[in-house]
Amino acid sequence: MTRAQKIVVAVASITAIPTATWPANAQSKRTDGLAAWQRVYSVLTHPRCINCHTATGYPQQGDDRHRHGFNVVRGQTGMGVPAFTCAACHQRVNADSTGVPGAPGWHLAPLSMQWQDTRDQTMSSGAVCKAVTDRSKNHNLDGASLLKHHEEEPLVLWAFQPGRGLDGSPRSVPPLTHAEFVAATRTWVEAGVPCPTR
Amino acid sequence: MGRGRGSLPDTVEGEIIVATYALTVNGRQAEVDVDPGTPLLWVLREHLKMTGTKYGCGIGACGACTVLVGGVATRSCLLPTSLVGNRSIATIETMASDPVGRVVQDAWVATDVVQCGYCQSGQIMTAVALLKTVRKPTDAQIEQSMGGNICRCGTYVRIRQAIARAAQQLG
Repeated sequence: MTRAQKIVVAVASITAIPTATWPANAQSKRTDGLAAWQRVYSVLTHPRCINCHTATGYPQQGDDRHRHGFNVVRGQTGMGVPAFTCAACHQRVNADSTGVPGAPGWHLAPLSMQWQDTRDQTMSSGAVCKAVTDRSKNHNLDGASLLKHHEEEPLVLWAFQPGRGLDGSPRSVPPLTHAEFVAATRTWVEAGVPCPTR
Repeated sequence: MGRGRGSLPDTVEGEIIVATYALTVNGRQAEVDVDPGTPLLWVLREHLKMTGTKYGCGIGACGACTVLVGGVATRSCLLPTSLVGNRSIATIETMASDPVGRVVQDAWVATDVVQCGYCQSGQIMTAVALLKTVRKPTDAQIEQSMGGNICRCGTYVRIRQAIARAAQQLG
């Protein structure tokens, strides 16, 4: 083999490895990321989460996601109105003796983070994903910040320990544990927060 | 027996766990021994004999039990005593000596708001909370802030007139 032939072989072997495997790896990662997103989506659209991600001027209650009782309204900050705030009933922890859920900073998600339409219909996986990853809508959170939000935000944590209702029965919880939810979020983030088209 | 604010329950009387809570109600210290889950409403009415705060529905739906906890209009029927913490409590009994409360009560009288009166202490407490937060509330702010207080006599129109009158008085 001539020197020129050796160089050609060497270059070909250097370039052949990544060009042959990288797209497959990337595709696999994206597939894994999309699958992980579907698991994240299953949590986000559970009533414990989506009840406060409404498109309307009020939150929802219960597993049937009915309109919150007592004429509760969103207000400008998502914490109710001046003399009728969320804190009128919701404390920093669950009040199981009176059946009122609670966590620090109880409030509605901003309208930009609505995961349902104005007819209370849950938005598609692709639409929710698009909203969650749109930094003009999500308080400028990148993937790492979204992961941190899912790991630490008190209201997210509450969804997995939602306490008991007025009748003493435990509230239903999302389909994943918090650890599974965080793991799925991590996989999705590491895949570059891919979103399904629908 | 535990002492101090919000002490953990460490006493058992029969099968009922009792804890001691030091509360500040209308500027006065009060110590009560109750089950941690006892709603503040019952501490006020039964233990401290302050019956101005009313029991209406018991589920936060009517607003009759509204008091100020840390300055926030709060449904006392839903607030376990164990969660009051260090926050001061103000009830209808102290509103006559509160600068905003006095004006609101005067406006209530001048507007002849009350019919049966059962809900009115809650109505006044919510109105006071509103005017302490927003001195010149809009009609929409009044409507929304008072939206959780029910009046079976239907005195809503006069309640809103009285709030507007009080806001004017407070300048």
